[in-house]
Amino acid sequence: MTGLSAALKRAAPAPDLPRFRAPVVFGVLLLLFAVLVARSLYLQWIDNVFLQEQGSSRFSREIDVPAHRGRIVDRSGEPLAISTPVKSIWAFPGQVEAAPEKLALLARALETTPQALAKKLNDGSDFVFLAKQVPPEVAERVAALKLKGIHDQNEYRRFYPAGEMASHIVGFTGDRDVGQEGIELTQQEWLGGKPGSRRVIINRRGDVVEDVESIRAPQAGRELSLAIDARLQYLAFRELKAAVELHKAKAGGLVILDAQTGEILALANWPTYNPNARNRVAREKMRNRALTDVFEPGSTLKPFTIAAALESGAVRPDTVIQTAPGFLTLGPNTIHDAHPNGALTVEQVIQKSSNVGAAKIALSLPSATLWQMLSDAGFGTAPNTGFPGEVAGRLRPAKTWKPIEQATMAYGHGISVNLVQLARAYTVFSSDGELKPATLFKGSGAVAGRPVIKADTALAVRRMLELAVGPGGTAPKAQVPGYRVAGKTGTAHKLEGRGYTNKYVSSFVGFAPASGPRLIVAVMIDEPSAGAHYGGEVAAPVFSTVMGSALRTLGTPPDAPSDNVILPAEGSAVREET
Amino acid sequence: MVRLNLLLLAVLVLCALSLVTSRHQARKLFVELEREQARSHGYETEFGQLQLEQSTWAMPVRVEKIARVELKMQIPGPRRIEVVPGEVLR
Repeated sequence: MTGLSAALKRAAPAPDLPRFRAPVVFGVLLLLFAVLVARSLYLQWIDNVFLQEQGSSRFSREIDVPAHRGRIVDRSGEPLAISTPVKSIWAFPGQVEAAPEKLALLARALETTPQALAKKLNDGSDFVFLAKQVPPEVAERVAALKLKGIHDQNEYRRFYPAGEMASHIVGFTGDRDVGQEGIELTQQEWLGGKPGSRRVIINRRGDVVEDVESIRAPQAGRELSLAIDARLQYLAFRELKAAVELHKAKAGGLVILDAQTGEILALANWPTYNPNARNRVAREKMRNRALTDVFEPGSTLKPFTIAAALESGAVRPDTVIQTAPGFLTLGPNTIHDAHPNGALTVEQVIQKSSNVGAAKIALSLPSATLWQMLSDAGFGTAPNTGFPGEVAGRLRPAKTWKPIEQATMAYGHGISVNLVQLARAYTVFSSDGELKPATLFKGSGAVAGRPVIKADTALAVRRMLELAVGPGGTAPKAQVPGYRVAGKTGTAHKLEGRGYTNKYVSSFVGFAPASGPRLIVAVMIDEPSAGAHYGGEVAAPVFSTVMGSALRTLGTPPDAPSDNVILPAEGSAVREET
Repeated sequence: MVRLNLLLLAVLVLCALSLVTSRHQARKLFVELEREQARSHGYETEFGQLQLEQSTWAMPVRVEKIARVELKMQIPGPRRIEVVPGEVLR
């Protein structure tokens, strides 16, 4: 170095350095230093997010706080759907290093064979579920083996204790505990829990040592009380299933309503499915037919025709209607009675279920009056029970009715309803003329309905419906020993394509005790094909069993001495065609 | 002056030590809290499972089967039921 500078000096004499050079160099250095200081101040005070995040990621963690999905219970608190924590066990097959004997232990803990386990681990994928939704005990046994590459995760599984009995109402949840069908779907907002999260400080081993802050408080799902009574639901389901099997029917539905509040106490459908094991269940079976399918109600609609006529003053219960010779011709169409009757009073028209009588009464009314009655009774509008996909049925505007349509409408053809709608419409007669809202949710006592007819009219129709169940009526098999029963049968030809077929829908709607109605039961059997098809023979016995057992279960005092019941002999019932 | 400084030093050391102990206490209590919370969560889980078990045992189908088959019970026919009118009871 000295040699070099000596050489340079020799080559050229030292130039005259400018006098400002030292201050400039010093100034530049100072500036650079100032930049560093400014940068560090900037990082410390202004743009501190990144570094703070980096720092905190070394020791703080955000962890999820799980939240339960709310239970669904029946009106007395019996569970219909419960979520319980389970674990799913998964693995990164590439990372699993374990001796064969360890794997054998793992297989035993998972209740499978070592071969099946090995097959899962060697199928070539990066990620594999070894067991889905196992009880926490199983997961603990697996964790105790401390195997590398094997992990578990928390999940919730939903169980349905009532199984296939209530599956159509309750519905089910899909992956990640989100509702997919039924009440689980419509009430997702209410039932669904919102998982929270919190920030914690962890130590070297990953244990939580301090709670820093709660980022989001977990919000547990709320419990939902349905109007369903599990005991009645079981009764309804059992009897419906028995009836569908006995009559080799295609399907069936049964609804029990509280006659005073309109709450749906039971709603059973057949066919059904088990929500706890629903792999490969046909969509067909998942349909809640009582709310999403319509049918032509047939004679169960006659009481509304009569009520409209009574209300408008066109007839009185003892007005005589000539139904001979048992048919009525309107242009090219003819209406038949299954059994020709002579002159009948209005009461007897209901008792014997005369189509001609009902048609004549309907034709004596303006079409708008009849339409108003049916519309007020809830036909043509969805019942609004809180169930997804319920249908409104079809009630065409009165202006478009031809006389033949007005006549057939009188006995329930040319109009379509669903079973819940039909049952609900009968609250008009079971209360004092008020239509009650049908709901699936538990209410708190008396509900104000919408007045449809006068209390006197309701009482008069109730009397007629009692006659229909009595001796000489169409449904003596609907009698319940110990109770006074009122109800109406229906037997409708099924409409397929353009015309009516020889397939039937048998139905019965009624309520009891007639002196102070407590329950309404509506039964519908679709395509009974074991011989009998009249509502009085197919649906009425189901009504009788369900109503009797339900009233006993609820402890309703009998309103008729039990020794005055005439147990109907086989084949004594008056038959009806619609 | 020196004596005051020494006193302040002693107070400072005392404060520092108490901070350490209270911090340690807090950690320990927190661990305990965590454990209790985990336990309460566990009980909740167990409660759900027991409810499930209870409703499985109490399933109407099962109750009816036991009543009919094992206990040989049956629903009495209408002729075997006698209704006691309410007025008589009062």
